[in-house]
Amino acid sequence: MVTKTLTPTQRRSAAWRSTVALKASMAVSGLIMLVYLLVHMYGNLKFFQGKDAFDGYLHGLRDMFYPYLPHDGVLWIMRVVLLAAVLVHVYAAVTLWRRARISTVRTASGQRYQSTQNRRGVQRSYASFTMRWGGVVLVLFIIAHVLQMMPNYISPGGASDSKYERAVNGFELWWVVLPYTIALLAVGLHLRHGFWSALATLGANTHPARRRRFNIYATVLAALITVGFLTVPFAVFFFGAGS
Amino acid sequence: MKITLRVWRQQNADDKGTMVTYHVDDVSPDMSFLEMLDVLNEQLTLAGDDPIAFDHDCREGICGMCGVVINGIAHGPENTTTCQLHMRSFNDGDVIDVEPWRAQPFTVVKDLVVDRSAFDRIIQAGGYISAPTGAAPDAHAVPVPKKSADHAFDAATCIGCGACVAACPNGSAMLFTAAKVTHLGLLPQGQPERDSRVVGMVAQHDAEGFGGCTQIGECTAVCPKGIDISDISRLNRDLLGALAKGDH
Amino acid sequence: MTDYDLYVEGEQIADMTAPSGPISERWDFRKFNARLVNPANRRKLSVIVVGTGLAGASAAATLGEAGYNVKSFCYQDSPRRAHSIAAQGGINAAKNYRNDGDSIYRLFYDTVKGGDFRSRESNVYRLAQVSVEIIDQCVAQGVPFAREYGGLLDNRSFGGVQVSRTFYARGQTGQQLLIGAYQALERQIAAGTVEMNTRHEMLELIVVDGKARGIIVRDMTTGEIETHFADAVVLASGGYGNVFFLSTNAMGCNVTATWRAHRKGALFANPCYTQIHPTCIPVSGHHQSKLTLMSESLRNDGRIWVPTKGGDERNPRDIPEDERDYYLERQYPAFGNLVPRDIASRAAKYVCDEGRGVGPGGLGVYLDFADAIKRLGRETVEAKYGNLFDMYQQITGENPYEVPMRIYPAVHYTMGGLWVDYDLQSSIPGLFVTGEANFSDHGANRLGASALMQGLADGYFVLPATINDYLANGPFDDIDESHPAAQEAAESVRSRIDTLLSINGERTVDSFHRDLGNIMWEYCGMERTEGGLLKAIELIRELKEEFWSNVKVTGQNEELNQTLERAGRVADFFELGELMCIDALHRAESCGGHFRAESQTEDGEALRDDDNFAYVGAWEYGDGGKPVLRKEDLHYEYVEMKQRSYK
Ligand SMILES: Cc1cc2nc3c(=O)[nH]c(=O)nc-3n(C[C@H](O)[C@H](O)[C@H](O)COP(=O)(O)OP(=O)(O)OC[C@H]3O[C@@H](n4cnc5c(N)ncnc54)[C@H](O)[C@@H]3O)c2cc1C
Ligand code: HEM
Ligand code: HEM
Ligand code: SF4
Ligand code: F3S
Ligand code: FES
Repeated sequence: MVTKTLTPTQRRSAAWRSTVALKASMAVSGLIMLVYLLVHMYGNLKFFQGKDAFDGYLHGLRDMFYPYLPHDGVLWIMRVVLLAAVLVHVYAAVTLWRRARISTVRTASGQRYQSTQNRRGVQRSYASFTMRWGGVVLVLFIIAHVLQMMPNYISPGGASDSKYERAVNGFELWWVVLPYTIALLAVGLHLRHGFWSALATLGANTHPARRRRFNIYATVLAALITVGFLTVPFAVFFFGAGS
Repeated sequence: MKITLRVWRQQNADDKGTMVTYHVDDVSPDMSFLEMLDVLNEQLTLAGDDPIAFDHDCREGICGMCGVVINGIAHGPENTTTCQLHMRSFNDGDVIDVEPWRAQPFTVVKDLVVDRSAFDRIIQAGGYISAPTGAAPDAHAVPVPKKSADHAFDAATCIGCGACVAACPNGSAMLFTAAKVTHLGLLPQGQPERDSRVVGMVAQHDAEGFGGCTQIGECTAVCPKGIDISDISRLNRDLLGALAKGDH
Repeated sequence: MTDYDLYVEGEQIADMTAPSGPISERWDFRKFNARLVNPANRRKLSVIVVGTGLAGASAAATLGEAGYNVKSFCYQDSPRRAHSIAAQGGINAAKNYRNDGDSIYRLFYDTVKGGDFRSRESNVYRLAQVSVEIIDQCVAQGVPFAREYGGLLDNRSFGGVQVSRTFYARGQTGQQLLIGAYQALERQIAAGTVEMNTRHEMLELIVVDGKARGIIVRDMTTGEIETHFADAVVLASGGYGNVFFLSTNAMGCNVTATWRAHRKGALFANPCYTQIHPTCIPVSGHHQSKLTLMSESLRNDGRIWVPTKGGDERNPRDIPEDERDYYLERQYPAFGNLVPRDIASRAAKYVCDEGRGVGPGGLGVYLDFADAIKRLGRETVEAKYGNLFDMYQQITGENPYEVPMRIYPAVHYTMGGLWVDYDLQSSIPGLFVTGEANFSDHGANRLGASALMQGLADGYFVLPATINDYLANGPFDDIDESHPAAQEAAESVRSRIDTLLSINGERTVDSFHRDLGNIMWEYCGMERTEGGLLKAIELIRELKEEFWSNVKVTGQNEELNQTLERAGRVADFFELGELMCIDALHRAESCGGHFRAESQTEDGEALRDDDNFAYVGAWEYGDGGKPVLRKEDLHYEYVEMKQRSYK
């Protein structure tokens, strides 16, 4: 048996690269993305004020702080931050995922435990159970979504210069609304566990009472975001809003 | 009661291992789970077969030596140690799956016995207070608020059994590590080494090959001593604080 | 005194290192006189420590810190699992934090009296002196003792003493103290001063030129037989209560380490002194593998009774008051349910022998909280004893709030052990013995919360001071595995293993152990008689013979083989069990935990015979012949010898 003990210097650099530090970077990047989502949702809800309000809002974003920042300045800062957050988040997620797979050895049968009597764990939630694959779903969705909303690359239901119209065109089709719905449920689940987890990771879960509160916040937040985003596609699809 | 057991048999670390089925009749509901295995082992021995190897010592839930995964749950259906689990928790005719803890740092030594020496090395990396024998001030020199003392005690009750690792979907030993960081970090005596302790212990935890914690909470649900998941948060906070200070 | 033709008497022995002078100065005097070892030389000196309980872990950590080269061994997978972890109640120390009149002298006095005047005054006084430092040391290490709201340490009174001197950590004092010592040990392992060998079982002592120089161990995962050398060997391998098969000890507790040393010449003192604890959960059936202790504190509020008539199968709640016998309250009106452990245990045995016991096999008495619940309310009872009630319910499946608990005595602690002098050195130079493994401080009976104290006193303070005096002679000649003494030791281990594996008989190891335990419990347990002991010796010899011709040990040596491990231990228990009976037979008096039915007062109290038995009975291995009794006389200068009475 090899005794693997580290020197103090090795310990310090190992601590910087530790699972705890990785998880913290995930929490910070995740929270940044969450803030973006909240802002994004606020913008989306302008949809109900009509085409002009929606497109105008989006336009307004581009000129924010002009002339201190160039046109599109805020947008680009935001995009850089978001992209960095996604990269950090995904890097950390993949690294931890790999570590977890190695640590939870599989036996010859391909499973960790042979028993099938406890597939769901003792208490773990569906949300925590689906973080990783849920995250993958999210990334795939975001790529498709950005391609749809940004430069008119994919335009289900018909291209248009107005993002309002593009959204309406798309959400009239069930095969657009369905993946959005799935994606938003994934977002909800991801945030349900993610928000509480981020707080715990950053050291805020210090007491069972606080923990209960965080869990309530996380559920409320996840529900708010899922429902908030879904109002637009559902309004278009079921109630013909915007057409 | 009659019980059917499916037990993981593995001759040694290099063997591949497999589940083997056994039948035990005459199981009394008052038997502990390990006593039921004793009965099976007596049967096997008399038949000239190799009895099942499993770790145990105190048989009263405190040494932390016992521990197997029963029906997929570390230490089985009750929230206690395997030695304190009794057969009255099962029904006549049940089929019970018995497997060793599984995590890459916990190599299987034989059958249900695993190597948990990684835990000792995590303690070596800082899980102590440097207090040379004979140099201690009077015990009443530093009062400790009862609340801190009680909380430190809660964390200190960890028995090092490893169920947390066996249950964690990430194979993380963070609950074990956090229990020690919390125990010592809450006491005034533990302050001087607080930063270097958490840095050393987390580094060693990772070097052993345990997974990272993503706050799933299976560990605390099976922990026979009810170590609280908030201890992990405390560890995280201590580590981030120590890294931010940078002078550990 | 007849010698029953079972043993011979040898020369007297004496403790040559015990200092004289005023008792309170003796320890300082000894420390001052002991030679020291220059720090630079310590690295060249090596010490083997067998055992990582309180006694072993504290010794190894302290010696490692002092700069010696230490090798530590335990049979568990981690040093943290030694059976000290199971101690519940607490640890005594003469801190007098309560200002209730406690003092070193009072602790000393209580301990000598509690030991029924069969321990050495000098040793006990030192123990009481050092107790104060132990608490300081443990607090500095971070042991989370119970505290009061003001932040200061809490104390409770324990085991019937009148002062509150017991420090505790809920019901897990042993665990917390051991984790403290374990962490100190791990710190030294990380520092490279201690080399830890877990899952290694000591099977033989190596004696070279009359000095202990090493041990033979078996690597329990690979079966490899290893030879380890050192300048001194410390045995801290715990007690031998498992000779009774059922006891409150851990499954692996064994006598092998000390017994093998005994066979190599170390004297074994007072083997018959065993402590039987009155409040254990009774046996529930033939499958029972060990017994679980419940804290004695239960006797503070619970009332003990049995039905007046034997064979009363009624639900205990339906038995009316006038058909219950609160036998302790009846016989000992002054102390009632709080009589000392041995009296409570024996009284339970008597009522069960009369056929009035309750529960499976009639081996149990009721411990009833109905009155306490009525008087204090369920909540108060729950706050005080809730965790114990839960434990009881978990094990028995019965709810003690509704039906009375059932309790029965069980073997708990062994006061006997290897004979050591004031320096804790055995009769083999270089072989030191600490903790429960030695016989030193408790006489014929141990007070509650004093074993933890002794283990840590030995390991942190006494041994590290006295061993210097011996090591100052070293380093001794280098030896290696080719040395004839090492070869002989390793060979004897191998051949014993080969024999065990080759018998291939028809009975399992456990079945033999169970039978041995029954014999010991029946004839050398709570009450001993001449006839019973003679019978026991005969039965043990027969059983031992059958063992060596009919035991079945499966598998091979070169693997993890738990049957083989157990077989080796049981083999040693046979020899020890026989010696215990001989010791109990020769000591025709009652004292402390040793009750000879022939020697009792009119009201059934233990009757000491100070004229004939005020000595330590240290046994020399007979090596094929009969064991040799060597007496060490005991003298009392500070405490007057009195007969105790609890009527
Ligand atoms: C249930 C219970 C409750 C108790 N409660 C109290 C209490 O409240 N207060 C109190 O003062 N006392 C109490 N005692 C007594 C006390 O706990 C013990 O006497 C004491 O802890 C013994 O410590 P030790 O270090 O001598 O031995 P142990 O802790 O038994 O350690 C023995 C060590 O030796 C090792 N070992 C043994 N044999 C071998 C071998 N052949 N080869 C290698 N290693 C070996 C083991 O691995 C272990 O590390 C209690 C005892 C029990 C059983
Ligand atoms: C490949 C893509 C992704 C993967 C694999 C992924 C995976 C994970 C994982 C494993 C966690 C840790 C959860 C835990 O503690 O159990 C997490 C946390 C989180 N994720 Fe994602 N995620 C991805 C994308 C996203 C996206 C796009 C968002 C934003 C909408 C997001 C927001 C969050 C938040 C807020 C957290 C909480 C931070 C934390 O727990 O540390 N994630 N993610
Ligand atoms: C279903 C409701 C949604 C609608 C109607 C919607 C609409 C839009 C629109 C109109 C844009 C273009 C914004 C611009 O031009 O600046 C956009 C961009 C974007 N959306 Fe959404 N969106 C929805 C849900 C989501 C979700 C759930 C996510 C993330 C998980 C998301 C992530 C993004 C991102 C990352 C961009 C690109 C931002 C940028 O770089 O400018 N959207 N969305
Ligand atoms: S934290 Fe709980 S489950 Fe993990 S080792 Fe400690 S006692 Fe066992
Ligand atoms: S189950 Fe695992 S993910 Fe963390 S909270 Fe427990 S260690
Ligand atoms: S055997 Fe000690 S905890 Fe189970």
